Amino acid sequence: MSSMTYMEAIREGMSIRMRKDDKVILFGEDVGAFGGCFGVTAGMFAEFGEERVRDTPISEGAIMGCAVGAAATGLRPLAELMFIDFMTVGMDQLVNQAAKMRYMFGGRISMPLVVRVPAGGGVGAAAQHSQSLEAWATHVPGLKVVYPSTPRDALGLMLSSIDDDNPVVYVEHKAMYGIKEDVSDLSPIPLGKGDIKRVGGDVTVIATGKMVHESLAAAQTLAGEGINCEVLDPRSLYPLDTELIKESLSKTHKVVIATEETKRGSYAGEIAAIIAEDYFDMLDAPIVRIGALNCPVPFSPCLEQVMLPNAQDVVNAVKRIV
Amino acid sequence: MKGSEESYRNMYTCMKKIREFETTAMNRFADGKIPGFVHLYIGEEAVATGVCENLRNDDFITSTHRGHGHIIAKGGDVKFMMAELFGKATGYCKGKGGSMHIADASKGILGANGIVGAGHNIAVGAGLSIKLRKTDQVCICFFGDASTNQGTFHEGLNMASIWKLPVVFVCENNYYGISMSQARHQAIKDIADRAVSYGIPGVAVDGNDVTATYEASREAIARARKGLGPTLIECKTYRHRGHFEGDPGTYKPTEEQKAWLEKDPIPRFREFLKKNGIMTEDDLAKIDNSVAEAIKDAVRFADESPEPDVSSVVIDVYSDITEEVRVR
Repeated sequence: MSSMTYMEAIREGMSIRMRKDDKVILFGEDVGAFGGCFGVTAGMFAEFGEERVRDTPISEGAIMGCAVGAAATGLRPLAELMFIDFMTVGMDQLVNQAAKMRYMFGGRISMPLVVRVPAGGGVGAAAQHSQSLEAWATHVPGLKVVYPSTPRDALGLMLSSIDDDNPVVYVEHKAMYGIKEDVSDLSPIPLGKGDIKRVGGDVTVIATGKMVHESLAAAQTLAGEGINCEVLDPRSLYPLDTELIKESLSKTHKVVIATEETKRGSYAGEIAAIIAEDYFDMLDAPIVRIGALNCPVPFSPCLEQVMLPNAQDVVNAVKRIV
Repeated sequence: MKGSEESYRNMYTCMKKIREFETTAMNRFADGKIPGFVHLYIGEEAVATGVCENLRNDDFITSTHRGHGHIIAKGGDVKFMMAELFGKATGYCKGKGGSMHIADASKGILGANGIVGAGHNIAVGAGLSIKLRKTDQVCICFFGDASTNQGTFHEGLNMASIWKLPVVFVCENNYYGISMSQARHQAIKDIADRAVSYGIPGVAVDGNDVTATYEASREAIARARKGLGPTLIECKTYRHRGHFEGDPGTYKPTEEQKAWLEKDPIPRFREFLKKNGIMTEDDLAKIDNSVAEAIKDAVRFADESPEPDVSSVVIDVYSDITEEVRVR
């Protein structure tokens, strides 16, 4: 099992904890015998049974509420919302209940839940099944947000997310489910620790999710032109590894931030603001953000390709400031 | 009526305690001692009291914005409650929650709640947790008539019924969603009728008769403990005050108010106890006095308690992360 796809790594992360702890349970729409809409939970129903791998009605509000109630009373639920877009339907429970209960109740309640939200476009799923809404979650105090870009990170972050006593929004990119790599290290990856996916000295490209891969492709192209990019994947959006960002900037003095979110109001904007406020003196060039166009995700592949950011956009951005 | 003498005594004490607490909160709010919003339970005491008399310490409840009565009935400490209303460091939530967010996990109180209809599905989660942990606990979900128009009501009752969860849904039909009367906010009279949609028992009872709420919930709770699934109980009652303190309630017709005041659950139960020779005037007066003392003590405790240290403002956002406080 040393070679794993991103999807298998998410599944293995959940399964490792479910084997160890009866209190970890999984529920969501069609996660049971059907194996999940994307197949992420395939085989888990057979291994853990219908009590712990539980199909729910199509009721996202109830899925999130059920996770809150279960977490408050001794379980460690893993809830799946089939698409991050459906977070809208369960938003009260996520934002007003899960995120705030510990604080509102003076620290008297623990909220160990994980909600998985498949995000991202590029699969022709159009406006209501392709968004990148992670900034909605990072905006809310009380939530933690992770976004793995590789199978190893997917597994390690899943373990830490389940172990965490706070609500964690686990963002996974649906177009990356088939990415494969060797995952022999089955240890947890702490939340709040970023990773340098490529070492370089000329410019830091901070990227999340699928844009990590687009940025690595861009770095390859730019290397041919003598420009060395450092690609930094924060992996957790909150808590954010600002130390790693600082360390990289102290070397490159230039930064491009690449995420798949519509650019207006994106989490990339938050990262840019942190850099501008705290590390302005390190910068030799303006911060550049790469995001999706400020329109809904369109259906037709030729339109979707224009709307979503890609490696070429990263190449262009880097060239603007190097 | 099959309650024991002890349960009668408990229920009378509980109703009086809620009334005394609420009346005091009303006065202290008027004095400006209590900031924010308070939603009082005056007039509805028989619901929380009758239901919670059937509960154990390890059972759960979810509550509402009008939650003081539920919390007292489930065993909440009035000192910590009053201190929380005053925004003090010794309050249940260390001054961070206030009236609408009091919780006590050690007593199964999963929180009052500022979002109408949010408790239905939290109760479902507690019910699932009970089922998977294989205990015989139950969760009571308290909610108002207006919350049955939220989608969460449908989602929660549906999920609880298909999974046969040990949840009892207790609707406090006080006939108003803020200013909108039930006749205007839904086209049915008995909310209990909605149970049919979920294939679960639905019963409507006189919510101003504590013996009726006690009996109906006793049966539903026993059913839930046996793994037979949820019940919807509608308790018809009336709030004497406005939606919140400061709302004069002018939308409530005078005749209607008068009729309901005559059905006030506390004098009614008092008469019942005396008439049936269960308690004497002397017994009852003793309880009245001790309850009044307890609430006075609670106010004294709240008054004398310190304000929260401002550095605590960023504590308990997460179990393990505390961000910095702004320097001024």
